Amino acid sequence: MTAIRFEDVTKVYSDGTVAIENVSYEVEEGTTTVLVGPSGCGKTTTMKLVNRLEDPSGGTVYYEGSDVEELDRIDLRRDIGYVIQEIGLFGHMTVGENIATVPELKGWDESRIDERIDELLELMDMPPEDYCDQYPRELSGGQRQRVGIARALASEPDVMLMDEPFGALDPITRENLQDEFLELQQQIDTTILFVTHSIDEALKMGDKIAIYDVGQVVQYDTPQEILENPANEFVEDFVGADRGLKRLQVTQVQTIMSEPGAEADTGTAIAADGNGKMDVTLSPADSAQVALSRMIQHDVEKLPVVADSAVVGTVTKDTIHNIARRGD
Amino acid sequence: MIAESLASSGITPAVIGGYLEFLASHSTQITQLIVEHLVITLLTIGIALPMGVLLGTFISLYEWAATPILWFAGIMQTIPSIALFGLLIPFLGIGSPPVIISLVLYSQLPIVRNTHIGLTQVDEAAIEAGRGLGMGRLSRLRRVQIPLALPVVMAGVRNAVVIIVGIAAIGAFIGAGGLGDYLFQGIRERNVDMIVVTTVILSALALALDYGFGLSERLLRARNGEEIQSTRLTRIFQQVIA
Repeated sequence: MTAIRFEDVTKVYSDGTVAIENVSYEVEEGTTTVLVGPSGCGKTTTMKLVNRLEDPSGGTVYYEGSDVEELDRIDLRRDIGYVIQEIGLFGHMTVGENIATVPELKGWDESRIDERIDELLELMDMPPEDYCDQYPRELSGGQRQRVGIARALASEPDVMLMDEPFGALDPITRENLQDEFLELQQQIDTTILFVTHSIDEALKMGDKIAIYDVGQVVQYDTPQEILENPANEFVEDFVGADRGLKRLQVTQVQTIMSEPGAEADTGTAIAADGNGKMDVTLSPADSAQVALSRMIQHDVEKLPVVADSAVVGTVTKDTIHNIARRGD
Repeated sequence: MIAESLASSGITPAVIGGYLEFLASHSTQITQLIVEHLVITLLTIGIALPMGVLLGTFISLYEWAATPILWFAGIMQTIPSIALFGLLIPFLGIGSPPVIISLVLYSQLPIVRNTHIGLTQVDEAAIEAGRGLGMGRLSRLRRVQIPLALPVVMAGVRNAVVIIVGIAAIGAFIGAGGLGDYLFQGIRERNVDMIVVTTVILSALALALDYGFGLSERLLRARNGEEIQSTRLTRIFQQVIA
């Protein structure tokens, strides 16, 4: 199912600035699509067309099959989650009241709202009994953005728009929140449109990536495809010279492992260190980068992949080297 | 030493005793004048507050109107009160009506200006997030802007009240009553006791009202989760409210 579809969309601002021109692509339901590009390339404008914070000058934006311009903009916005870099929590309301914003606008009854607040705070790893009655200024930057995300998720939206949500956070907090959010997304199964200017964040978060260059989408593809077959020089430059290494980041070991038993001696993958024998294994969702660094750390040529305490495959250093070299 | 310097400035225990004696002998009339003065002040606030808040809200929604309306409110403050009373007497006669109308006009600047500042100072990001989450203009006003603006409005009301208490005294000149009656009578009769006692009461009244509105300003801030310097009285009020 297509959640959002851009069809030949153009946006020209009243001062004559062309923000985007003839943009067309589709966003699949339940996936994360990252809009990435240098500043002023139109990625934020594209996002704002979805919840009608802006209206297109030409072309059509479809939300779950209907032209957004035919939907009531207030209802549309209440159905779509919205997170911004500046977070924009209401400083005079408690954490709980902030999260309750959209459910209250939608007229949920109080007990349902309270339940939802507790549920979301638990999900964000912020115990409700500690945080519900705090004011935003009492929280750290990372906690504030967690509340921002919880507020956007409050009425169980099918689509979430996130405009550089982690952009203002320090690198360590950013990484933690990215990891948490990837996990969270598995549980909530929401369609996400995510704007960032960081290609690393895009590669990490995105199922699909739309790369923007001055108002145009130059490539719309999976992270792997973008790393392997950049559409043009701009994409190549934008991705950077280390794209072989980046490819390792986006490749999960389960996609490159060989069948168990194909290698006759899986047993040798048990690495020996100073203290004798120690199990070093990988899980199917680990990246090739993690696999490589473990191999270097333990000085072995291959490692077993283990799921539910059964060996499901093997990854060798050669395979990983081949991935890094491919396409260069 | 102190007694000497007091004596040289004309303030001796005998003089202070004279003030107290005056206060005691005229307490009934003074109480009545205080009540009159308070009635004028509160009637004025009763009209000026909703009017100023409405105007302030209007100019924060329609920004083009802000400059002329604030300009007009500013001009009003420069007109001497006696002149304004004189201008209104042909339409409203003498007594309290022209005085109350004048006082309402004088108090508009602080109230309108503070309402405008309070409503427009709100964090841009909060407004943007509010829009994106589906708050219409009115629900943004009701849920975000007004709660944040209220303490600022209250600070404007404090300003206005002090102005009103002072100018209302001059209203006695055209028969509005209040503590101004004793001021003018004291001047006519060269009764220094009467002038001093009335002046002290007027100042105390202004300070008391200022303190009262200041307290409500602090309580409104506390309700918005701001840290306030809590005096014993605010703590008591907070407990009562909670």
